[in-house]
Amino acid sequence: MSEHEYVPKSKAAKWFNDRLPLLTLGAHLTDYPTPKNLNYWWTFGGILTFCLITQIVTGIVLAMHYVAHADLAFASVEHIMRDVNYGWLIRYIHSNGASMFFLAVYIHIFRSLFYGSYKSPREVIWIIGLMIYLLMMAAAFMGYVLPWGQMSFWGATVITNLFSAIPLVGDSITTWLWGAYSVDNPTLNRFFSLHYLIPFLILGLVVLHIWALHVPGNNNPVGIDIKKPSKDTVPFHPYITIKDAFALLVFMIIFAGFVFFTPNVLGHSDNYIPANPLVTPAHIVPEWYLLPFYAILRSVPDKLGGVILMFSAIFILFVLPWLDTSKVRSAVFRPIYRQFFWILVIDVLMLGYVGAMPAEGIYLVLARVGTIYYFLHFIVVMPVVGYLEKTDPIPMSISEPVLTGGAEPSLARKVNDKV
Amino acid sequence: MSKEEKKVNRRDFLFTASYTVGAVGVGAVIWPMIDQMNPDKAQQALATTEVDISSIEPGKSITVLWRGKPVFLKRRTSEEIAEARAVKLDDLPDPQKDEDRVKEGKDEWLVMLGVCTHLGCVPLKDKGDFNGWFCPCHGSHYDVSGRIRKGPAPTNMEIPKFEFVDSNTIKIG
Repeated sequence: MSEHEYVPKSKAAKWFNDRLPLLTLGAHLTDYPTPKNLNYWWTFGGILTFCLITQIVTGIVLAMHYVAHADLAFASVEHIMRDVNYGWLIRYIHSNGASMFFLAVYIHIFRSLFYGSYKSPREVIWIIGLMIYLLMMAAAFMGYVLPWGQMSFWGATVITNLFSAIPLVGDSITTWLWGAYSVDNPTLNRFFSLHYLIPFLILGLVVLHIWALHVPGNNNPVGIDIKKPSKDTVPFHPYITIKDAFALLVFMIIFAGFVFFTPNVLGHSDNYIPANPLVTPAHIVPEWYLLPFYAILRSVPDKLGGVILMFSAIFILFVLPWLDTSKVRSAVFRPIYRQFFWILVIDVLMLGYVGAMPAEGIYLVLARVGTIYYFLHFIVVMPVVGYLEKTDPIPMSISEPVLTGGAEPSLARKVNDKV
Repeated sequence: MSKEEKKVNRRDFLFTASYTVGAVGVGAVIWPMIDQMNPDKAQQALATTEVDISSIEPGKSITVLWRGKPVFLKRRTSEEIAEARAVKLDDLPDPQKDEDRVKEGKDEWLVMLGVCTHLGCVPLKDKGDFNGWFCPCHGSHYDVSGRIRKGPAPTNMEIPKFEFVDSNTIKIG
């Protein structure tokens, strides 16, 4: 919390604040000392909050018109598109909003990977963030099922069948998830219920995420610990709010570009065909943001093995703070790790690309190479590079590189000093 | 031993008893919450389907819906049956004789769930490397008996419980 005690100005405010210190909380959030060198990669927290609120608001409105029944769902979505006042706009914001949400979260996660924001003392922020990411994937998957088109139905079939790979109890679990003997009306009904619930769980976790952030304070591009408040920090408001607002505006322009000019480019045309349990579309693909994991799943010629590897690809991130052995946070001062970081970025992009392609020939080879590198990066590269790498000198303070025009080796502390 | 026995007193007993009763109570409340998600009576009521097979020519197949899943009914030609039976069991990832996948004396009728055992897509007929079915989702090849030959699917396509009500009618389920 803030270094100095907040005292409300008016008597009424003081009376209220003594009973529920909301004003103290507000003052803390406004004054919150933030590193002054945060770059635009740090604006995605605010952008993500905007995305969550957009999804909740548009979602609540859509639920007023949507009917969660296998016979009516598809028609009710078309009803929203054609009959409901501004229904097309609200639905396109919601469906493209999901993609925007993932775009922002991937940038947010990779920013954390580059600048070492997951490292001590911020492991809990990182883990809560991953839980949010998992819930986002669940919410997005269930939301994609609701229009009850061909991709909805078969996507739901494929994903729920992942659980049938579990030995012994797999089939019982799948039937339990379905509430029927295949993906059917009970499945759609419960997916709607859970799709409505999950964003509020995410909201709760976001509060914990920010709370956990406010204990150690923000990491920063230099990755060093800073005194708070000091000449290295600025108050959150107005310095960070205005920067976040500018980034958000740029983001909203891109968002609006999708909504108004290419609202269906991120979806799949087969989802405008009503669900048919007798015909599987020739080429099933998940939404783009799940493609890297889909590529990992398909790279393994064994059902259970593929499922295990796919879930491992996500869960390995939870132990990342303990796999990374480097004492230096920011990749700015890690010449070797920095290169591996960009290889990982290319690797994940490539996995996403081959995930959208048929699982055969060169695509299968690339998927296998990509999968192997993905795991090597976390299991081998991160621990080993952390030990062997000779890091560049890190500055004493955020102000130093600004004042001296660069990190002076003579001024820098040794790597093994406590950062 | 005697020391530990002394430590166990009335209060410990009451704690243990309370925790136990509490756990049973919580379990009794949670179970209905979990079990409500299992297939309900209406779903279970759809358990059987009767199919008229009189119009299916040899070599042709039809697809019917049973419990929300497609079921393939294929009337196989004698060549197809011979092909299925000529396969060595060693060549099969999930070894099963063709004889065990059909009803005795009704060898021409292959009745199976049209669901890929990988991730549940519907395989396409007359496709793939083995003259049977091919799943477009992740590339599993099935032979003319519906047995997995190549690809990620772990097992043969499932044979549901079925019976011949008369020579023209099959009851599935």
